[in-house]
Amino acid sequence: MKQFVAFVHKEFYHIFRDIRTMMILLGMPIIQIIIFGFALSTDIKDIRVGILNPNEDMTSRKIIEQIDASEYFIVTRYLQTEKEIDKVFKEGKIDMVVVFSEQFSNNLLHTGEAGIQIIADATDPNTAKTFTQYAANIIAAGQQGMVSNGNIPIHINSDIKLLYNPQMKSAYNFVPGVMGLILMLICAMMTSISIVREKEMGTMEVLLASPMKPIFIILAKAVPYFTLSCINLFTILLLSVYVLHVPIAGSLLGLIVISLLFIFVSLSLGLLISTLTKTQVAAMLASGMILMMPTMLLSGMIFPVESMPAILQWISHIIPAKWYIMIVKKLMIEGVSISFAWKEISILIIMAIILISISLKKFKNRLE
Amino acid sequence: MDNIVIETKNLTKTFGNFTAVDHISFQVFKGEIFGFLGANGAGKTTAMRMLCGLSKPTSGEGKVAGFDIYRQSEEVKKNIGYMSQKFSLYEDLKVWENIRLFAGIYGMNDRQISEKTDIMLKRLGFESERNTLVKELPLGWKQKLAFSVSIFHEPKIVFLDEPTGGVDPATRRQFWELIYQAADQGITVFVTTHYMDEAEYCNRVSIMVDGRIDALDSPKNLKQQYNAQSMEDVFQQLARKATRKAD
Amino acid sequence: MKIKYLIEKEFKQMIRDSFMPKLILIFPCIMMILMPWAADLEIKNINLCIVDNDHSDYSRKLINKINASEYFRLKEIAPTYTEAMESIEKGSIDVILEIPPFFERDLIKEKNTNVLISANTVNGTKGGLGSSYMMEIINSFAGEIQQEWKSADNKAVSAVNISIQNRFNPHLNYKFFMVPALMVMLLTLLCGFLPALNIVSEKEIGTIEQINVTPVNKFTFILAKLIPYWIVGFIVLSICFLLAKILYGISPVGNLSTLYFFALIFIILISGFGLIISNYSNTMQQAMFVMFFFIIILILMSGLFTPVASMPQWAQTIVFFNPLKYFIQVMRAVYLRGSGISELMPQLAALLSFAIILNIWAVVSYRKNS
Repeated sequence: MKQFVAFVHKEFYHIFRDIRTMMILLGMPIIQIIIFGFALSTDIKDIRVGILNPNEDMTSRKIIEQIDASEYFIVTRYLQTEKEIDKVFKEGKIDMVVVFSEQFSNNLLHTGEAGIQIIADATDPNTAKTFTQYAANIIAAGQQGMVSNGNIPIHINSDIKLLYNPQMKSAYNFVPGVMGLILMLICAMMTSISIVREKEMGTMEVLLASPMKPIFIILAKAVPYFTLSCINLFTILLLSVYVLHVPIAGSLLGLIVISLLFIFVSLSLGLLISTLTKTQVAAMLASGMILMMPTMLLSGMIFPVESMPAILQWISHIIPAKWYIMIVKKLMIEGVSISFAWKEISILIIMAIILISISLKKFKNRLE
Repeated sequence: MDNIVIETKNLTKTFGNFTAVDHISFQVFKGEIFGFLGANGAGKTTAMRMLCGLSKPTSGEGKVAGFDIYRQSEEVKKNIGYMSQKFSLYEDLKVWENIRLFAGIYGMNDRQISEKTDIMLKRLGFESERNTLVKELPLGWKQKLAFSVSIFHEPKIVFLDEPTGGVDPATRRQFWELIYQAADQGITVFVTTHYMDEAEYCNRVSIMVDGRIDALDSPKNLKQQYNAQSMEDVFQQLARKATRKAD
Repeated sequence: MKIKYLIEKEFKQMIRDSFMPKLILIFPCIMMILMPWAADLEIKNINLCIVDNDHSDYSRKLINKINASEYFRLKEIAPTYTEAMESIEKGSIDVILEIPPFFERDLIKEKNTNVLISANTVNGTKGGLGSSYMMEIINSFAGEIQQEWKSADNKAVSAVNISIQNRFNPHLNYKFFMVPALMVMLLTLLCGFLPALNIVSEKEIGTIEQINVTPVNKFTFILAKLIPYWIVGFIVLSICFLLAKILYGISPVGNLSTLYFFALIFIILISGFGLIISNYSNTMQQAMFVMFFFIIILILMSGLFTPVASMPQWAQTIVFFNPLKYFIQVMRAVYLRGSGISELMPQLAALLSFAIILNIWAVVSYRKNS
């Protein structure tokens, strides 16, 4: 036991000596939470609108005022000719142009043929889709007040209720993702690099020659990273509750148990990578390409897995972070009971068992 | 005084409150083989790195090939060759590619390089290894190659930091023959070593203890002064006074 | 002409490395094949549950119309809203549409009725976009009824005829939006990480000493390190252009030479940044993590995945100093809108200044002595 403690001390010493790396490991979740929580959002706001209106009438001016008054749009420019539209779009100065037909108010009252064309820069299709819809709604809702001759057009009003996440804060979506990514980064990437570094420098042989059982050497390596991940886990939870005001709707205990399970899976992965690679660079690239990239892309952290092609969805099933993130979303944000997540939890447990047995086997083989 | 090529006055280097090199003053003359001796951690490498312009002195003065090591370190570099303790040619380049690279950096043109490469490889008996990757050479060969590369551009002075560390005695002898050849061409050789038998091959030696130079003279005079049979003996007498532990 | 020898050396080392040439060729291919599919925020297959409290002709018509849409997958018709909510909790449903009782009656009599759209916005994009798709379908449903009535009794209705035109990406193809920007990410990863590991690896191996003791000047040395990545970047970018065309049928509306011209500045810029990190690092591991840290921030806060305009003011101020933002703007503008250099002057100015500042920094921070 004493020996084991000495080994753990040594590992901590390695980490503390490289202050820069440690700062980054501890700072990364904070920065990511701030970015995801406060900087990134897909809310539509400040859409720059150009107006091409050949008329001088009240009705069109009222519509323009209503567009400008909405929180989504700012009218920044009045255009004179059709030609200008292309120019302002190409310079990237305008996102949407509203074009009124000639004789707008006259036609509206008499022929019912008044037209408004909404031209969007659809370079970003999702944003364009949403803001054109908003603009159309503002115009449609506005016209009921404008028409006086009793022939009001029909209107089905859509009441929209956004569940769980009324402000559409991206935090609700990203917090579980950040947790998955950071735990994976520290446990798998750092552990694998640190074991391989010993191999590369030849000090692993020295350690293995000591009376310690190899499994304890590996365990001793895992302890500091385990501690770091726990610190990060609590930083993330504290930040999300007190700074992002994302409540932990479900059971905190359940969340911690699941996180420990995921940490265990990541550590096994790190051990596995370390037995498969020979150099630090290879370990970095292997964990970067095989773990980090797929975790970021396929875990549903940034992009919804559901809309991916079947092959990618299938690949995403073998990514542990995906299941972890799904459980966290359920427990933390939706606040459902742990029994709703039994499927994901059992998958994680099976993964843990498979990974740890393969990597221990590989590790022993290498020793012999 | 024209033939002084290295001169230092109270040259000092401190790291925090640790004084690695402590007010050393000495002169090296043109064409001599100057041995720079000392135990591990005595400050040899630090002193040499200052002379080569790799490290800025904390205080004191130094001139190498007539240029101030503090203000004109890039001028100094034009006139010296350097072979570091850690083998530092590119292992993933071939023999001729390493030669070409460093010769090119020192401003030689393609034609000069290829002519001189042929002569050099012939003299070393390396012709067959021209296209070998450096990492595939045995250590002794690597060292000889590194030395030849460091004097390829015919510098005024060549600095060798423990050039024969880890090689067998036979190769060491061959290596010293190369050093003598260089000295015959008029290149001043500044060499650190902890092999005391090698100290005997030098024209003059200095012995560093705890960052200071405690003795400086020809091996013959030093042995007389300390009443010793060999340089080993001289060194032991001086080193016993050291308080600093080897790293 | 010393630089010739240094550049030669960098290339020989790069080619002789067993890993590097493969990485340079294979990594862009994998990323170009996978990323556009993974990074596709074109939301389809939204799982829908409808609660129909009216059971009328009109409500059935509306359900049929929704069912025909490619965006929604009608998973369930629940008898009550409470039961629909349970499905949301289980995660099997994303959006609930509740049609109120007397939907048909109100529509005919009052010409005005309400429906309720409840979206699970744990995934913000999906919930938000799902409800705006639903809104679109309902609006067009209202329009269709209007037309029907109009042709039935031939009475003019004073309605504004609203038409929407989506320029530059008429089919709202999300890949057209992402692919050009993903190329920027790819260039950043390769031409940022490789230089970051370069100088520090010479430090770890010890070869940097032998270079430092030569009279080579710092500017030449840094330039010799940059030029190979510049060529690597051009190869990577050309592979990307080719794959974008072959796999996704995306080719720039604007001029390819405009793209290469901007890429030239950007690659030098990002490699210079990598070299700065390398200069300040002691070990490769450290360089790797520091770079990882910055690249994540640079990529997330570049407008690649979420619009810059949606960010709060303080974040937009930070993004102002993010070179990736400008290059992504250029790529998208040239690829989709066909902008030329004259329309991209602000971006050109920004990228040039970053390139100059970062590379001067790279030269200054490279120390030949300690």
